[in-house]
Amino acid sequence: MAHINLENDFPGIRGPMAFSPATAKPLNDLAEVLLRSDNSLSRGERELIAAYVSSLNDCAFCQNVHGGLAQHYLECDSAFIDAVKKDYMDTNISDKMKALLWIAEKVQQGGKNVTAEQIDAAKVVGATDKEIHDTVLIAAAFCMFNRYVDGLATWAPEDKNYYIERAKQRAEEGYAGYDASK
Amino acid sequence: MAHIKVEENIPGIRSLVLFRPETGKPLYDLAQVLLRGPSSLSEAERELIAAYVSYRNECIFCMSSHAAAARCLYGPDKNLVDEVLHDMQQSGASDKLKALLHIAGKVQVLGREVTPEDIAAARMLGADDREIHDTVLIAAAFSMFNRYVDGLASFTPTDPAVYEAMGERMAKGYVLPASPEPK
Repeated sequence: MAHINLENDFPGIRGPMAFSPATAKPLNDLAEVLLRSDNSLSRGERELIAAYVSSLNDCAFCQNVHGGLAQHYLECDSAFIDAVKKDYMDTNISDKMKALLWIAEKVQQGGKNVTAEQIDAAKVVGATDKEIHDTVLIAAAFCMFNRYVDGLATWAPEDKNYYIERAKQRAEEGYAGYDASK
Repeated sequence: MAHIKVEENIPGIRSLVLFRPETGKPLYDLAQVLLRGPSSLSEAERELIAAYVSYRNECIFCMSSHAAAARCLYGPDKNLVDEVLHDMQQSGASDKLKALLHIAGKVQVLGREVTPEDIAAARMLGADDREIHDTVLIAAAFSMFNRYVDGLASFTPTDPAVYEAMGERMAKGYVLPASPEPK
């Protein structure tokens, strides 16, 4: 049961977003730009960073939602998402994604943990300033979303199909103008 | 020097949102609604929660700027800000505010750290569901802002006078900057 009376039974972030639409608006606007911008990082790669950081923060709801979306965009199976969470260095993702996930991993621990060497390493394998910026902000944003979801003790569906089914809908509709009740 | 090519000598988050205004807009909107929007927590109390979480995350830029905004908003009671940052439990904050700061401190560690006992204690001292919600989201949001500012190694001024002026501007509200120099 959630720590506060959210006046609804929606799972995960949908509960507090329906409870507090005024704060939900900028949160969804941020997710829209960060996770769906059409530039050099693909939507699948952005969602994968989100899922990875959420797994480091042990946030069941967020890692399943964003793992589901990454799986949808990358057209892979859940075993691949699990492998990335477990040890991304031991997967066949690009060297650039490995370097960016390494940066995201450090951001999750604390902003100061990111080193100049890591940034150089990402640049050497082709990461642009904008990609590094977005990686840091996606990782930072999920340190917020995860804390919002778990700090209020919202509930997360255990059925994996819930996340797979909703991933298709979210991919179609995006995050902007998100109606938490649907 | 920042990890990415932002304008030099522009402090903290300002340099980052000028680099990427598309993400800057919702970040400033979030700060405005969370710290200045309707709430039964005062603007000063909300800035203090922000400063306290930033202090715990050792983010000097966010701590110094939000502490300055809180001092400005507390006016004659501004010493409370430094008391809380020095030793929250021994500070002159009300018991209710201490209970909320305690929850914010747990959120800073990780969401799951918040216990039903922490919530019950805050409720007993008069905190309502909205105040607990806002406290959790402010603490969560600064767990983001702090990582954003430090994760990209943005410029952190060391002169206290810079933060004092910043705090006075911040007290008026958060609007996405369009130029490097504040108006």
